[in-house]
This record gives sequence, C-alpha cells and structure tokens, in this order.
Amino acid sequence: MSTEQETIEQFTNSEYKWGFTTDLENELAPKGLCEETVRFISAKKGEPDFMLEWRLKAFRFWQTMQEPDWPNVKYPPIDFQDAYYYAAPKKQKELQSMDEVDPKIRETFEKLGISLNEQKRLSGVAVDAVIDSVSVATTFQEELKKHGIIFCSFSDALKNHPDLVRKYVGSVVPYTDNFYAALNAAVFSDGSFCFIPKGVRCPMELSTYFRINAANTGQFERTLIVAEEGASVSYLEGCTAPMRDENQLHAAVVEIVAHKDAKVKYSTVQNWYPGDENGKGGIYNFVTKRGICLGDNAKISWTQVETGSAITWKYPSVILKGDNSIGEFYSVALTNNCQQADTGTKMVHLGKNTRSIIVSKGISAGRSQNSYRGLVRVARNADNARNFSQCDSLLIGDRCGAHTFPYLEIHTKSAKVEHEATTTKIGEDQIFYCNQRGIGTENAVGLIVNGYCKEIFRELPMEFAVEAQKLLAISLEGSVG
Amino acid sequence: MLNIHNLEVAIEGNQILRGLNLEVKAGEVHAIMGPNGSGKSTLANVLAGRDEYEVIAGGVDYFGEDLLEMAPEQRARAGVFLAFQYPVEIPGVSMSIFLKTALNDARQAKGEENLDAMEFFGLVREKLKVVHMDEKFMSRAINEGFSGGEKKRNEIFQMAVLEPKLAILDETDSGLDIDALKIVSDGVNTLRNADNATIVVTHYQRLLNYIVPDFVHVLMDGRIVKSGDKSLALELEEKGYDWLKTEVGENA
Repeated sequence: MSTEQETIEQFTNSEYKWGFTTDLENELAPKGLCEETVRFISAKKGEPDFMLEWRLKAFRFWQTMQEPDWPNVKYPPIDFQDAYYYAAPKKQKELQSMDEVDPKIRETFEKLGISLNEQKRLSGVAVDAVIDSVSVATTFQEELKKHGIIFCSFSDALKNHPDLVRKYVGSVVPYTDNFYAALNAAVFSDGSFCFIPKGVRCPMELSTYFRINAANTGQFERTLIVAEEGASVSYLEGCTAPMRDENQLHAAVVEIVAHKDAKVKYSTVQNWYPGDENGKGGIYNFVTKRGICLGDNAKISWTQVETGSAITWKYPSVILKGDNSIGEFYSVALTNNCQQADTGTKMVHLGKNTRSIIVSKGISAGRSQNSYRGLVRVARNADNARNFSQCDSLLIGDRCGAHTFPYLEIHTKSAKVEHEATTTKIGEDQIFYCNQRGIGTENAVGLIVNGYCKEIFRELPMEFAVEAQKLLAISLEGSVG
Repeated sequence: MLNIHNLEVAIEGNQILRGLNLEVKAGEVHAIMGPNGSGKSTLANVLAGRDEYEVIAGGVDYFGEDLLEMAPEQRARAGVFLAFQYPVEIPGVSMSIFLKTALNDARQAKGEENLDAMEFFGLVREKLKVVHMDEKFMSRAINEGFSGGEKKRNEIFQMAVLEPKLAILDETDSGLDIDALKIVSDGVNTLRNADNATIVVTHYQRLLNYIVPDFVHVLMDGRIVKSGDKSLALELEEKGYDWLKTEVGENA
C-alpha cells in the first residue's frame, strides 16, 4: 500500500481519537437516535417551529423504514443507535506553519498543485491576515449581495430567510423519499443555501470555499439551490484535497429547483477517505441528489468526479417537468483497492420535448466493485422526449468488477431513447506504447485514464478539471505493476 | 552501440529466435529481411522490451549495458526507439500531452528540468516539418481515426522529437502508398547522422530504395543466415527467399 494512503489513514485515525476524547459533554447530543435527539439538534440551532415539525415527521417516518439492500455493495450492518448525531463544531487545533503539517500530506498537496493558502486552510494553519480566506469570502459575499444572490449556510438561511427555506425544503427530495433522505431530514447538521433571483446570472462560480463558516458542516449535510425564472448559476461542491472526517457515515441531501428558463450546473469532486488497501475504514457516502426543472426550458446539469469513500451510493437525478427542459449527467467514478461504488442517475421525463443526456465513465482497479445504475423514465404525456445514455467501464487488472444496471421505463411511443455501453480493459498494448516512448507505467495509466474521461472533464470548470486529472492519477497510484 | 549475441527467444513456449547474432555501430543502417514468421518482429519487440517474450539464452549489450535488464521506459530513455508495425490508438490523449509527458519523464529521469510550453512547441513545430504534418495534428488523440499512412508518419514524427540513438523500424512500409512511403523515408533519412543507428525490419525490398542500408541481413528460422550489402536486397527481390532455404540447407 502506498505510504501516502498509510499516512492519510494515520492522520484520519489520530484526528478521530482526538475528536472523540474531547470533553465537551454538554455540546454533544445524547448518544443514539430518538425524538429527543431531533429536538436537541433543532433547539441547539435555534430553528423555527416548522423546521422542528418537519424533522420530527421525517424521524417518525424513518422509524418505519428499512435500510435499502438493493445496491450492489456490501458492508457490515450500521448501528444507528451507536452514534452521536450532534456535536458542536469542533475547533481544529491551529498550527503555526505548514512545517507542522505531516510531510506526506504536504506531498499530496504539492502533487495536486494546491496553492499555499489553500493548503493552509485545509490543514488548519493560521493564514496571513491580508489574504486569508475569510476576507476573500467577505469580498465575494459583497459582490453576490449586489446581485441579490443569497449564498449562506443552511442555518443562516433558516434565521434570515425562513420563508424561502420553508417553501422549497423537501420539495424535490421529500423526507419520504428513501431511508437516508429521511435520516438526513431528521438530523441534518448544516449545509448550504443558494438563491438566485429572477433574471440574474451569477457572476462567479459558487463554491462552498467562499462561504463563511463552511468547515465542519458535518456528516448530514443539506444543500438547497433555487434558481428563479431566467436565473443561472454554476455551483462547485467539494475539493480534490484528501478530506478527512471522523464520521464514517455520510448521508447528504442536495435539492435543486430550476424555474422557467433557469440553468443550474452542479459540479462535484469527491475525495473522502476511501479506507486502506484492505478495506479497513473509509467513509460510507449515501447521498441523495435531485433537481427539478420546474418550468419550461429549464436546464440542470450534474457533473461528478468520484474517487473517494469506501462506499458510494449516489444517483444525482433530474425531474424534467417543464416542456423543453434539459437534464444532464456526466460522471467519472473511480474505485481502487476495496472501494465499492453504486452510482448513476435518474432522468424522469414528464414534460414535452424534454431531453436528457447521460455519460458515465466507471474505472475499476484493485479489488474494487463499480456499478452504474441508471433509470430513464418517460411518462405518458412526455411527447417527443429524447434520451441518450452512454455508460463505459474501464477495468485495470483482473480482480475488480464493473457492472451496469440500466432501467428504461418508456410510456410514450414518440420517445427516442438510445443506450450505449462498453466495457474495456486497459490495454497492455497502450501501456507498452507509452513505455516505449519513455513514459513510466504509472504515468501511462494516468494518461490513458484521463483520456478516457476527457468528455467528462470538459464539462468541469477549468480549474476543477485540471485538479481532477491529477486526482485520478494519484488515486490510481499503486494500482498497476 | 548494439551487440546481440546468440539470442534465443520464445513466446508462449514456442522458440522463435534460435541464436541470433548482430552488431550495430553508430552511423549504420541495417536492414533485417526475411519471410513471414522468421522472427523479424520478435527481434524488434524483444529489443524494445515487450514482456510476453521469454529470453532463453544469449544477451544484448547496448552501450556497455545489459539491455535486457532494463525496463522498457528505461530503454526508451536510453535512446532505443521502436516505430511500431501496428501503432495503438489511445482515445482522448492528445499527441501534445503524450509527447510532453514522454519528453519530461525522460528529462526527470536524468535530473533535468521539464520543458516549458514555449520550448516544447518550438521543438514540435520544427519536427512536424520532417513528416509534413500540420500543427493541428498535435491536438488530435494518439492515432485515433488516423489513416494507415498517418499512423506511420506519426511514428516517424515521434522519432524525430525523441531523437533516439537506436531506431528500430518494424515493417514501417507496410500499408503505405508510394507518396507516404517517400515522406516516411525522407523523414528517416533526415534524422540519420553519425551518432545514431537504424535497424529497418522489412519484408520487401521496396523500402530500401528510399532508406539505403549499409548492411542487409536475412533472417530465417530465428537466425541470420546471410549478410551482405544493399545488393543482397535486390537479389532477394529477384529470387525470393526459397533459394536461400536450399543454400542454407546445403551448408548445414
């Protein structure tokens, strides 16, 4: 196993211990999950009554539900009573300089080409007062304010814009949707809220990086993005740096509402700790992401690069309600060692002339299992709906698995649905060709894999794309040779 | 530069090379000819380091080093270049990224700085001329959708960029029309100098009208059975390989 992974694991584990021996009893919710826990969380955050009511309904519903067993992943049963559901945001120990950061972590930062200030922020090093991220964020917030854009934490949104939250929360992913969505609704810790008013094109890429107090949103994150008529926004989630977290279970929810003529582009790079070479540790990432094209001509586009987590269970979806609306899903999911991913999308065509495109690139290495699961549903009145799906799987080595589960439910004759799927093994010939030109095997695999994912990277914002390419190469280190 | 002695090689248990000897010096061009299945491509691939070949006996000395002990990428960085008979396609990887990676991996191995973008494009622009190719070519994916001729020109272009000491051309003439053959041969001739050497592996004499060899060797049943100058190629063209079979049979 690469020393890098080892170090990341050590780092994660040490942080873990530290997090749980902390002695702030009164800042912790009682262990386990019951109505009291839900009330405690809501009270701690000073939420309005409607939110508490909603959480309680979600909790009661969750109690009646079964954990899903249909995904193509295996993990030991989770004891939901053996966990804390609220802890006051922990202050990371502040380091004085980058020299105090583990050299191996620094090496990874270097490989990813992350700027020094960003490195400091991620490692919890005190940042230069002139260009610290908070002041950047403040400038950023002022610019957004000029355009009437709201971009803040979910908690702040509940305080300052309760009516907006009330109107939209749960409107795309109701708490009844699935086991983890219900759990999230009951106990969500925090998240982001983003509102783009009518006719406004958000002048910059929105990234949680620029949101004050973005750190420590916790394991049950909830994001709500609303684009009013004619508005447009590009939203970036995550970062390519190795993310450590002491919570093993992550169950996030993202909801997107796009009104008439609105455009929302949501890009994710996910690099949570994947566990060690033998599958020990690692994050369980059970995410529900869904957008609705509520009005005519709306467009929602999901782009994701998933390389982290021990288990990924995630289907960013689009409900195409408005006529002529467009849904897109571009995905790279890479699994190595013992990682398991069951990911894909759902495109639900309700309106006329709606269009969707799905391009999924799975890469499996080591002993990992990588599944694409996608649904295209065309309702009876969705005249002339069109879908194009392309699902490619790339295998590295012969101990990994790639699986494709496409579901098509077509209820109108005028629909046009195309599905293409390929599975290929990374070619010895291709690697040898690179070797023969002086390129080492790891770089060769990096090149070939990046070439394979090019269609997806093209959809990412430029800077993200460059980082994502490096990330793929790093995630594949040790997978060949 | 290169000294192959008594080389015996098998693939999947079948012995292909049965005691091959060859010496190549700087500045020389050697042509290896022979009928199908005589071991020509095996020789080219073993020199480049393809791993499905098993060396049973003998050795290869390259500038005083044991070539067979080196990994394929080390051989490449030490100046061994193989122009492939069937160049593979690598979808999505641009020529530009590919060659930049190749050059920089080699430079890093020598402890040198990476080429910057200006230096790289300066170099590439110069070398594209060698094979009459357009700059647009650099943004295309490696061999993807290339015609047969383009693939072979691409091999020679890469050779021009990487400036090998020992270039091995494996059936570079196969599938080329006469115009492409001229471009490719002109490219190879332009790159010839007193410090490098070329091994041309070919089935036909045709290519040797354009790339004129100093030595011609005939490979049969895994051995070099006859060596001569360029006139030997003409003789082979005229008589075919069968007369050699008899001659070799008689000598044996």
